[in-house]
Amino acid sequence: MSKDNSFSRKELNSADNELVQNPFAGVDFAELELSLYRPRTLFTIILSCLVTVMTFVALIPLFAVLWMLIWRGGQKLSLALFTELPPAPLEQGGGFGNAIIGTVIMVGLATLITVPLGVLTGVFLAQAQDSKLAGGVRFAAKVLTGFPSILAGVFAYGAVVLAMGGFSAIAGAIALSILMLPTIILTSESAIAMVPAKMKEAAIGIGATSAQTALMVLLPTAMPGILTGIMLAVARAAGETAPLLFTALFSNYWIATNGQVELMPGCPSPIRSNSPGQRRWCLFLSS
Amino acid sequence: MASASSKAQLREEVASWNPGQIWQAPTQTQRLLDSAFRRLCVGFAAFTILLIAWLVLEIAFRAMPAFREHGLGFIYGTTWDPNKAQYGILPEIWGTLYTSLLALVVGSAFGVAAAIFLSEGYLGEFVFKILKRGNLHAHPVWGKLPERLELLLKNLIELLAAVPSVVYGLWGLFVIIPMIRPACNWLHAQFGWIPFFSTTLSGPGVLPAVFVLSIMILPTITAISRDALASVPPKLRMAAYGLGATRWETILGVLLPTAARGIFGGIVLGCGRALGETMALAMLVGNANRLTVSLFSPANTLAALLANSFPEAGAKEIPVLMYAALILLAITLVVNIVGALVLERAAGKAVAR
Amino acid sequence: MDTEVSRVDSKTNGTTSRPLPAENTDDVVIDCKINELYYGTFKAVRDTQIPIKKNSITAFIGPSGCGKSTVLRCLNRMNDLVRGFRFQGHVKYRGKDIYDRSIDPVAVRRYIGMVFQQPNPFATSIFNNVAFGLRINKFKGSKIEKVEQALKRAALWDEVKDKLNNSGLSLSGGQQQRLCIARAVATDPEVLLMDEPCSALDPIATRKIEELMLELKNRYTIAIVTHNLQQAQRVADKTGFLYVDTTAGGRTGYLVEYGDSKQMFEDPKEKHTQDYIRGEFS
Repeated sequence: MSKDNSFSRKELNSADNELVQNPFAGVDFAELELSLYRPRTLFTIILSCLVTVMTFVALIPLFAVLWMLIWRGGQKLSLALFTELPPAPLEQGGGFGNAIIGTVIMVGLATLITVPLGVLTGVFLAQAQDSKLAGGVRFAAKVLTGFPSILAGVFAYGAVVLAMGGFSAIAGAIALSILMLPTIILTSESAIAMVPAKMKEAAIGIGATSAQTALMVLLPTAMPGILTGIMLAVARAAGETAPLLFTALFSNYWIATNGQVELMPGCPSPIRSNSPGQRRWCLFLSS
Repeated sequence: MASASSKAQLREEVASWNPGQIWQAPTQTQRLLDSAFRRLCVGFAAFTILLIAWLVLEIAFRAMPAFREHGLGFIYGTTWDPNKAQYGILPEIWGTLYTSLLALVVGSAFGVAAAIFLSEGYLGEFVFKILKRGNLHAHPVWGKLPERLELLLKNLIELLAAVPSVVYGLWGLFVIIPMIRPACNWLHAQFGWIPFFSTTLSGPGVLPAVFVLSIMILPTITAISRDALASVPPKLRMAAYGLGATRWETILGVLLPTAARGIFGGIVLGCGRALGETMALAMLVGNANRLTVSLFSPANTLAALLANSFPEAGAKEIPVLMYAALILLAITLVVNIVGALVLERAAGKAVAR
Repeated sequence: MDTEVSRVDSKTNGTTSRPLPAENTDDVVIDCKINELYYGTFKAVRDTQIPIKKNSITAFIGPSGCGKSTVLRCLNRMNDLVRGFRFQGHVKYRGKDIYDRSIDPVAVRRYIGMVFQQPNPFATSIFNNVAFGLRINKFKGSKIEKVEQALKRAALWDEVKDKLNNSGLSLSGGQQQRLCIARAVATDPEVLLMDEPCSALDPIATRKIEELMLELKNRYTIAIVTHNLQQAQRVADKTGFLYVDTTAGGRTGYLVEYGDSKQMFEDPKEKHTQDYIRGEFS
């Protein structure tokens, strides 16, 4: 094979026959070989390996954290964990039953507040897509998704605790609902927007009012997506600590035994008391 | 507008056309329900916008006494002494920005790498090649494995975000700090003259905090960047390959620049998360009110300050803390608004294309 | 009875507005007169006047983009949903203009039903689909009876009577369209509007629905839009032919000819109609 890639006219004429017989005459195949010594290939392979390694390194903490919980928490797993109160300082044993109930109550309250607010806002956003108000609301929801949880707690402190004169589950619930709201708004909007437009047209064509269309056609059809959004929001709220530190405070007693019904514990707070077994709850709540 | 009586007349007339008919005009209740429902939806939606205003105003209102007393000196003062009523949050502001910046660098490097890994489908390709060796790639069950594994990988990375902040804090305390302490102290002994290594790691400090923080913001950056990369039109990729570019030449030359706005938006949002992160940092950053560049020294962030000081704060301290909260609010709001705007522009551009 | 048709002067391509000659107007259920219809700044339809007669099938035919669906949707105020919609003229149902400010559009849609081009059952059971209209009208009687009646009228009862709780979306295309028709007739509206009801269906399903229409016309008044001339010929009593006017730069539809179907298809009077029916353009 000739290494010379340029063809002079003379060569073309005489090379005519050659080309017909061997069309690849004049092409340097060595150029096409895939070889590690070519800088471009090497570059590609190195970067690909780098990216792969980085991705799996990024996943290591997930497994490390899960392992730590299972290893250290699993040793202390027992039924007492869920039914008893936290031990006095420096004592062993006990449990965090009150913390679980506290979490359930606060997250439940927050859900009750947020779901109507968020879902109906989602209905509005899906119906009035282009209006200025809708654009503004959507932007506000996106900005709220990144709102720091501690500031939600600070706000609840100022708005509720100082106003009401004491800590309470309501304050904690309000802080949690600020954190849950944007998720529910954005997921319900996208769930409702996915209902086919022709279904909505059918409802209007049959003479349903806006409320009837939304309640009898749009919401039932979009329900799976909306429920997913609610679950995501609840999962996030259940794991939040910062907003609860100074809104709901934490008490070591059951709600009923303590005469003050408002003093309710926040679930993640007992974590800070450093009892190893109490970490077990995270596994359940974060999944 | 027709009067009520003529409306009623109309209704009667309609009713008389076809006695026993089923259809009827909406009843009064239905009409009321409808307009109430519509008003409620609009009201709730407007409430979202009002909520942000309320958040800012409430905190600002509570911070007023402290603002009047300490003024702007609060922002650049460096001592925090409740007994002498001397307050300054410069160390905290610095700590917040420093830890977030470092975490952002590490987090976006790994985050974008993971996003590239996911969007290029390396795992799927690899598994597919293995399946092909065993001639299983067309199998009804095994053939789906590449997609399933890709989905699993994507969900695993998103699961990183599902771990609560406290758990990361605990993990950092009990696992990371002991693990990196020997290496850090070695670095200090060898290279102590470099400002970054100028103190020993005796426990919580900037480095463990940055470590954990970058893990926490990684899922955000990966998710948004992956979406940005996936929304690059396939024809651009085909064009690059068609011109003879290698895989990485395409990624670096075509895909990343095209998705740059989305990736940038993701990074900005990740920064917003980092700035506001509380619990893990409260446990890991050391809560020392000092200005330092050293990676191994304890420091403090605004959020950690609030978390640690608020529960036991007396009535005098509250406005001061509210002031600090206001500063944090200002910083995070600005960052989040910028991030949301950047993402909207990126999405708008993609749609217009 | 004078069966002269309303004429549009095709030479000047505009209307010389001759009033509609004295037809028997006792049985006109809907009298639609559109002078001008706009979507924003786009003039979609002009100078169209069509009476819809009781217990008959009126068909709108014409090339695509001539505003047939627009006119049909005017009849039950579905165009209200489109931004920038406005029109001059009136649509009188039993002598009352339904675009009058005192009339509630939701009420209008309850007594003028509509079946759309794409079958669009709700994502609930077949029973709930048909009973939807009954529910919003607060029907107090036996729902199961009415549902059965409606499904029988739509010729779907035999096929679904033992699976009323299955999802409406689990039926085939033709069955879904019949389900939509059953849903529309469940409340016994006086008028049924059908916007190309068979265009998404195969020929066998189409034939079934055409037979259905011929039966339904004894009880209801039907107006359909179709681009299938044979269908209009088979099914319609009266036909209106609309055409597109491009002289002003846009695409504005207008009524060219209206009259008995038989006569229009055998011996159309206007040139545009002749061209269309003889297939010189689509």
